Amino acid sequence: MKYVTIQEMNKKVTNITIESGVAENIYWIEVLRGLWVTNRHFWTNIWWHTFRLAGIKTKKRVSATYQYPEERRPIHHRWRGRHRLTVKQNGDMRCTACMMCETVCPCDCIHITPGESPDPDVEKFPEQFYIDTLRCCFCGLCAEACPVDAIRMDVIETELAGYTRDIIYTREFLLGMDKDRPWEEWKVKREREGVS
Amino acid sequence: MNVLELLIAVAFMVGVIGFVSLFALFAIWMERKVSAHMQDRLGPMETGGWHGWSQTIADTVKLLLKEDIIPTAVDQPLFRMAPYIVFTGALASFAVIPFAANLIGADLNIGVYYLVAVSSLVVIGILMAGWASNNKWALYGAMRSAAQMVSYEIPVVLSLLVPVLLAQSLSMQKLVEIQAGGFWHWTVFSHLPFALVAFVIYFWASLAEVNRTPFDIPEAESELVAGYHVEYSGMRFAMFFLAEYANMFVVAAVAATVFLGGWHAPLPFLELSTEVSWIGSAVVGTAWFVVKATFLVFVQMWLRWTLPRLRVDQLMRICWKVFLPFSFANVLLVSLWLAVKG
Repeated sequence: MKYVTIQEMNKKVTNITIESGVAENIYWIEVLRGLWVTNRHFWTNIWWHTFRLAGIKTKKRVSATYQYPEERRPIHHRWRGRHRLTVKQNGDMRCTACMMCETVCPCDCIHITPGESPDPDVEKFPEQFYIDTLRCCFCGLCAEACPVDAIRMDVIETELAGYTRDIIYTREFLLGMDKDRPWEEWKVKREREGVS
Repeated sequence: MNVLELLIAVAFMVGVIGFVSLFALFAIWMERKVSAHMQDRLGPMETGGWHGWSQTIADTVKLLLKEDIIPTAVDQPLFRMAPYIVFTGALASFAVIPFAANLIGADLNIGVYYLVAVSSLVVIGILMAGWASNNKWALYGAMRSAAQMVSYEIPVVLSLLVPVLLAQSLSMQKLVEIQAGGFWHWTVFSHLPFALVAFVIYFWASLAEVNRTPFDIPEAESELVAGYHVEYSGMRFAMFFLAEYANMFVVAAVAATVFLGGWHAPLPFLELSTEVSWIGSAVVGTAWFVVKATFLVFVQMWLRWTLPRLRVDQLMRICWKVFLPFSFANVLLVSLWLAVKG
């Protein structure tokens, strides 16, 4: 076996050739080249922006900026966002309270209280299902662990913000039945009562 | 007569202060837009509707309303005085800048000399600010600034001497008048290559004069936080900012005046003589002058968003070992040429 010296390895890894020609030492040529690069960017951008201002639509994206609230980034089909609970065709919850997701969750953010299902064909269902979102690390293990495809993380919602430090999704909210955000109501109520 | 002269003087003064403030507002917006487009960004887009045109106005209002913080450990009188001295230095230069054939604060017969003398007032203000702040970063910034600005004053003055030699006068208006009649009569083109070398040296050295990148080591953000104005906030900080942009305009305006034909149009028929219309001549002259100066300000911004900052030793090396010998040789050669020509 051939041994490689550290010098050789460094040479291999960095692989930087230092140009020390006259042009590099004069600087001015490099300065002008740099100026040319910025100039090109500037005028191309101005040119295309003017085109767009004149109503000529082009597919070319000129600036890297997304004008956020008006313009949103395209979302990838493997997007992993907020959780939701799915339902069967008859509208019942799919979740059977098997506790797989709660067990696998590395952040301890899922809290399930199992109960007897009203449906005679189903053994258990979650009486309560809370997700403490601020603990969630969006790893997606709960969705992977679920044997009945009851929990998914595919809600396209980018502003997962709240006004308090306990953003706890309830079962109804996760099912999409409760569009209100109960934690925010709670905050408003507390403010009205004068408790900060 | 005296009252009328006084009124004209006051009007000119108010006009200049208004122009400086407006130009600073515009230049800050322009700088943000230029930098944004050079980096494939958009810059301010929201405030005011059209491309964030009123962003700097909003910023100014914010700075006006901010709490005026003066740290307890500072040297109070110096700390309070410094921004105004810097701004005064910048503003006083406008007295001799010829905006048009008939629009100049005072056509002194020692115009260039006055300009150079007054613009070194800025160093004192900056040093004052850095020292009074009682802060290590501020003091470092101020010391660097003093070293840099005092050194670079020499190549600036030497390269300004070339057009002065050609015009045989120190008066700013005289310097412009010799460049009449088309862009090929402008000093920078009419006396190749000496005037061109002088122009390049003047422009680069003036970047150091006004602490712009690549010579912005006095306020190097990455090492000195903000340099000499690190302890300033609110309106005092805004004064420094205003002075910086006013200074940018001053050096660009001086370059435009002595090298690029001042208020002369690039082609003679685009000008309006004072005999045709007094007001019209002033307006057209000012327009050409401001266009030229703004273009040079754009070049300053262009350089800022392209080049990295120089090290202190490189900065001093360029000044003393490159600019200084070249500008000396330049002045010498021009003098010889003029002597031979008779």
